[in-house]
Amino acid sequence: MIRSVPRSRLFDGVYLAYLVVFFVYLAMPLLVTAVFAFNDSPFPSLPWQGFTLDWYLADGSEGRTGLFHDSGLLSALWVSAKIAVWVTLVSVALGCVNAVLFERLQFRGKEFLYLLMLLPLVIPGVILGVSILVFYSGTANEVSRLWGIELDMFRPGMTLVVMGQVTFITTLATLVIAARLRKFDPQLEEAALNLGATPLVAWFTVTLPWLMPSIVGAAAMAFLMSFENFNTTVMLTGSDTPLTVALFNRLREGSTPVLNAVALFLMVVSALLALFTLRQKRSE
Amino acid sequence: MKSSAGRLSLWLLLTPFVLWIVLLVLVPHLQMLRVSFQVRESWDTIAWGVQQYQNFFIESYYWRTFVRTGVMSLFTTFLTLLIAFPIAWYIAKMARGRSKGILFMACLIPFWASELVRTYGWMILLRESGLFSSWLQALGWVDGPVEMLYNDVAVIIGLVYNGLLFMVVPLVTTLDGMDENLVEAGYDLGGGHATVLREIVVPWAMPGIVSGCIVVFMLTLGSYLTPVLMGGKDSAWFTEQIFTQFITRFNWEQGAALGVLLLVLSSVMVWLGLTLSGQSLRKVMG
Repeated sequence: MIRSVPRSRLFDGVYLAYLVVFFVYLAMPLLVTAVFAFNDSPFPSLPWQGFTLDWYLADGSEGRTGLFHDSGLLSALWVSAKIAVWVTLVSVALGCVNAVLFERLQFRGKEFLYLLMLLPLVIPGVILGVSILVFYSGTANEVSRLWGIELDMFRPGMTLVVMGQVTFITTLATLVIAARLRKFDPQLEEAALNLGATPLVAWFTVTLPWLMPSIVGAAAMAFLMSFENFNTTVMLTGSDTPLTVALFNRLREGSTPVLNAVALFLMVVSALLALFTLRQKRSE
Repeated sequence: MKSSAGRLSLWLLLTPFVLWIVLLVLVPHLQMLRVSFQVRESWDTIAWGVQQYQNFFIESYYWRTFVRTGVMSLFTTFLTLLIAFPIAWYIAKMARGRSKGILFMACLIPFWASELVRTYGWMILLRESGLFSSWLQALGWVDGPVEMLYNDVAVIIGLVYNGLLFMVVPLVTTLDGMDENLVEAGYDLGGGHATVLREIVVPWAMPGIVSGCIVVFMLTLGSYLTPVLMGGKDSAWFTEQIFTQFITRFNWEQGAALGVLLLVLSSVMVWLGLTLSGQSLRKVMG
């Protein structure tokens, strides 16, 4: 069924209705979450009690604590941000190296290593978390039992969370950067070398600027994926809980519009990041 | 000189890759496999055995949840494909110019929010005090509040919602590359809609279909938030049991065994999907 094949009006009507229903289905959960962040009622449900900014700004004096005065959520936000920065740095750096390795070099066993590189994509996130917990935390326990040395960085906590997230985000970063490197014309680099540049200078003045848009894109994606991750994170987190885990714990206690406020805040941040990468792409 | 420099750069580039894949993927998974065969006899003595795996088959609760999770994941994947295909077709083949880009971006919007936020949104809509319940009462169609959360249908609605993007994007990408003359030729040669779809469109879109299905199946099988928050008392998910063993009961050996089983299930399904459709992992993922 393509445009050049004649079709009935009924078919067109049904198709259009399907599209509308589909996009309503997509938008609805996010829309209601956003709207109820501003409802002047202690529960995120109808009836609508009027507009308020309490769920952001209230300082707790009238029984309501808004997001910007909720120290628990704010510190969780900060933990998530720190984790995301580390994950972004490590996985984008690894992604660059991997992309050059697989796109520019020829070596034996390359095909097999490429499959290994893809492996984290087909392992469920929970399992990635569990295996890292079992190995590193288990090792820390053994070392402590046998020699009395405490390897605190391998106990559940920020380091393990970063390691767990880097595992699969590196694969995604590699794919994004490698896709751009594939389109690079190696003659440009050869020209630089012929003009007297050392390989390192050629890399930093010719290849890296070409890769920059994909590196920025991969970084934005890595940051978002890290910030939003739950399945791997929940297995590895210690006492300093990141935002998704903190929200999950709150949600189990019962929902309040503060959760909506956080959700909307997250959506806006993600949207800004997405728009930023889009602009970056357009300016190429 | 040239070859030794080449070899040096190969090693320099290979080292980070090897460290990453060995330290974060291979060794932890092998250790998980090893721990799953350990039987704790007392607090500091350990024997080898398959007790954890026996538990899995003896306790009907374990394997029932296992089978249930697998079947529901398959069903969710299939449903996601059915829902996403017409949308992807419209974006790739019927929409033009600006509307094409806008529709494609609209498909991505839900994924600006994390799985937790999306699930929360569905809870606000579906629960007893939720929007659907209020609207139905306002319309006079029902007398009292209706609970639409905490059942399998709610779980599937949430899971399909989570998977859609990962189905739509690969489908649009492959369908975009299809020459419309092929479809026209199919009709010109007397094929009906069903024939054209079966003989031309689906074979062409196969890499996208397989890629989408693999990712959606993996995500669904490994999801935790949606089944836990939207499911009822008897709609347990296998990841919940892994979580319980590790976090609540602190029984790592049993948890590792369940983890290995989940990993085996997902690997077998991915392998089957690739083999049956004649695709390779490199083609559909890389």
